[in-house]
Amino acid sequence: MSPALRRQAPLLATAGILVILFATAAFLYEGFFSGRVVVNLFSDNAVLGIVAVGMTLVIFTGGIDLSVGAVVGFVSIFTAIMIQRGYPPALVAVAALAIGGGLGAGMGALIHAFRLPAFLITLAGMFLARGGAFWISTESVGIDHPVANALSGFELGLGPVGLPTTALTVIGVLALGYVAAHHTRFGRNLLAIGGNENSAVLMGLPVGSAKVWAYTINGALAALAGLVATIYTGSGNPSTGLGLELDAIAVVVIGGTLLAGGRGHMLGTLLGLLVFGTIQTALLFDGRLSSWWIRIVVGLLLLLFILLQRGLLRGAARGK
Amino acid sequence: MSKSKSLSPVWWPLIGLAVLVAVNLALNPAFLNVTVLDGRLYGLPIDILNQGARGLVLALGMTLVIATGGVDLSVGSVMAAAGALAAVLLAEGHGLAVALTAGLGVGLLAGAANGLLVARFGIQPIVATLILMVVGRGAAQLMTNGEVVVIKNDAFAFVGNGTVFGFPFAPLLAIALFVAAQLFLRRTASGLFIEAVGDNETAARFAGLGAARVKGLVYVICGLCAGLAGLMAAANIRAADSYRMGENMELDAIFAVVVGGTALTGGRFLLLGSFIGALLLQTLTTTMYNLGVPPAVAPVPKAVLILVVCLLQSEHARRWAVSLVKGGKK
Repeated sequence: MSPALRRQAPLLATAGILVILFATAAFLYEGFFSGRVVVNLFSDNAVLGIVAVGMTLVIFTGGIDLSVGAVVGFVSIFTAIMIQRGYPPALVAVAALAIGGGLGAGMGALIHAFRLPAFLITLAGMFLARGGAFWISTESVGIDHPVANALSGFELGLGPVGLPTTALTVIGVLALGYVAAHHTRFGRNLLAIGGNENSAVLMGLPVGSAKVWAYTINGALAALAGLVATIYTGSGNPSTGLGLELDAIAVVVIGGTLLAGGRGHMLGTLLGLLVFGTIQTALLFDGRLSSWWIRIVVGLLLLLFILLQRGLLRGAARGK
Repeated sequence: MSKSKSLSPVWWPLIGLAVLVAVNLALNPAFLNVTVLDGRLYGLPIDILNQGARGLVLALGMTLVIATGGVDLSVGSVMAAAGALAAVLLAEGHGLAVALTAGLGVGLLAGAANGLLVARFGIQPIVATLILMVVGRGAAQLMTNGEVVVIKNDAFAFVGNGTVFGFPFAPLLAIALFVAAQLFLRRTASGLFIEAVGDNETAARFAGLGAARVKGLVYVICGLCAGLAGLMAAANIRAADSYRMGENMELDAIFAVVVGGTALTGGRFLLLGSFIGALLLQTLTTTMYNLGVPPAVAPVPKAVLILVVCLLQSEHARRWAVSLVKGGKK
């Protein structure tokens, strides 16, 4: 294998697995191979996809954020309550994004300035956001507002299928995330920090600001995912997004991004999301297999990819 | 500053615990009261010990893993899988011995799998144990078919809420395990081996230490602890709930260890500190409960506690605080 090909091997492997999975499902289940199913892959997993894009950026730096699921829950109930109280939806949305981004910025600043473990600080963030969500309300609150209804009812017609707001949002976020990660100085800085933070400092890269921005963007994206979840379900619920951080990390890792940081690709996150969605949809089509199989299959895929990456890294080290 | 440095690190969680107990006593003078009813001890301290027993057992295993510079995210899911398997076996009419062996077996297997990935394949502990964190709960749900399995076996329930001379069995077991671990690790060189691997793995290997074997073993011990905690959890409520059992327990266990003064970076470990840390956490939960704070909001004070502990342990934060104080004096 040429070095260039080997670098992209995890990505190619994910693409291969996606094709095999989708083809098998299309063969087994009637009606699986359709535009509707593909659109649903995006719209049903929009929340996960948006969160995974932010998580990819944080993982690029070698960090991790456990708070995203809780932020989704907080924003969900916050938005519903504020709209119920009569605040304009646009203002509420901006406030939600500011809260998510603010929490991310605070955690990023603590992690960077005091060299605190990202794992523990974002764990504290998770407790804070989830506790805050339940403090606002312990019960789910329905939304009935013309703007929210218009958003959840909207579909962009594309020939036989329509793209709903949720799918449009996740596709937009993925596209922006791709550009930010691979076609800007910011994205390169993140990967450089994850590769070797000391080298990045010595190269004169703005390590501190890049790291804090990564957590800030991630927090804001989690808030956006919370808004999408609220629109998608038509209600706010403080327990939305329970365990979402795990799924997001799994999607990123299945996409071939190294959890140690410094290596990865946003396209991998897109493929990982589609793999996750395909397994879930296939289980739904089948109907015989219980839904908890998804955890087991995703776990085995994780194992496969981690061992694959390990083998590739060792191979690369030997090749040098 | 110099004064705090000479203080044994075990004092910090102890002081925290004392403050918490004092707050509780101020709010409820009967907080420490223990009464005997039907030959059984009752009271809030007994409650805390009883409910905290699982956290104590998990913290024991987690301390050793963290001491080697690792972490085990799978313990909560392994708890669920162990408890679920034991409950299903009991429901099928198997005996106590089978259920206990199966539960511990799940823990042993999970620990061995984690140890293999971390020690043999050199995979980052967070990633390696993430796999079983995801799979374990799925397996638990599969075993119980997603339903709550009720346990009718009285002998099994003893593991969770039996008493010995009026004192609850579960915390006695946890305390016994801590004492045994402390004696074994400190009277033999094994504790030193663990610290050596956590401090500098390469140096430990060059010193002729089987670093991989030490690392593998701590995950096996941690898995066994998780299996036992799962059995205790199922026995305590006489049921296995594959969704909620052990939920967030991995975070609580890690938290107890960190509060107890063992750094996440590995090296020196303090079993006594983890013991007090786990008790502190349970006392905090019980306090919130008694104050009438809804259980769902209880994570907030935990978050504050983590932040404070992290900042106290951070060299950078201390230096920054010192410079602030000095700057203020000028």
